[in-house]
Amino acid sequence: MTAYILCLVLFSIGLYCALRKRNVVKIIIGIGIMEYAANFLFVLIGYRSGGRSPIYANDQVIKSMVDPLPQAVVAVAIVLNLSVTLLLVAIAIKLYEKYGTFDITKINDLKG
Amino acid sequence: MIEIHLLLLFMIAAAVIAVEAKDLLSSVIAVGAVGIGLSLSFLVLKAPDLAIMQLVVEILSLIILIRGTIRRDLPFSASGRWYFNTITTVCFVIVFIGLALLTFRSLPDLGNATMRVSKAYIAEGMLRTGAKNIVAAITLNYRAYDTLGEATMIFAAVIGVLVIARKTGKKEK
Repeated sequence: MTAYILCLVLFSIGLYCALRKRNVVKIIIGIGIMEYAANFLFVLIGYRSGGRSPIYANDQVIKSMVDPLPQAVVAVAIVLNLSVTLLLVAIAIKLYEKYGTFDITKINDLKG
Repeated sequence: MIEIHLLLLFMIAAAVIAVEAKDLLSSVIAVGAVGIGLSLSFLVLKAPDLAIMQLVVEILSLIILIRGTIRRDLPFSASGRWYFNTITTVCFVIVFIGLALLTFRSLPDLGNATMRVSKAYIAEGMLRTGAKNIVAAITLNYRAYDTLGEATMIFAAVIGVLVIARKTGKKEK
């Protein structure tokens, strides 16, 4: 249970960063930390104490395995996080070219 | 499971440094430390595929973030509604933590996963798909539509990046 709560603390740090900071790069970093915490919680729920990794071997008898389903879901999510980060950084670079700053309170010109 | 707690504390410390660092480059590097800690804890949690994948993705996203931030910096400013914004954000985060703690009661304890769906995958996966790695059997056979959707999302993101980052727009007549 303490591991779940520490994971929640990590998520909350990312949430605070994404909501409170004004710098666009800091907001991207906050979203990234939230993604890490969510992936971690998925794999943590699927853990079994004493379980082996879900791979069969020819010369060994494996009695207990950890849950492979959250691992399959997280494998998809990790790659999607990378593409989301790529898209956000592209938007941030374009904003810097147009406005000359990363401060979101200075970026208030909505005319095209 | 003391390793998991130590790695989580390391990740929390690196995340606090990443959030509060004044320099953008050092905060990007601190978020890289969070990702490496996540990769190590995937190894401890018996998920070697995810550990390799997370390591590669972490290095790529570090390169992308450094490309976005290098030689561009912003001094800290406390102008505007600083106290109001901080107090509302902290209140929101506290409410979120309370609701999340309520939902944590229905989760299984650490180390006792209820494997309702994946019992069948583990029992029959080797026979039906021929893959020794059960995670590969799930992503590429049982839940292949997830992988198809993932590929679609990656193409959408690449098209978005190309549209955003192009230099020449449509010419005015």
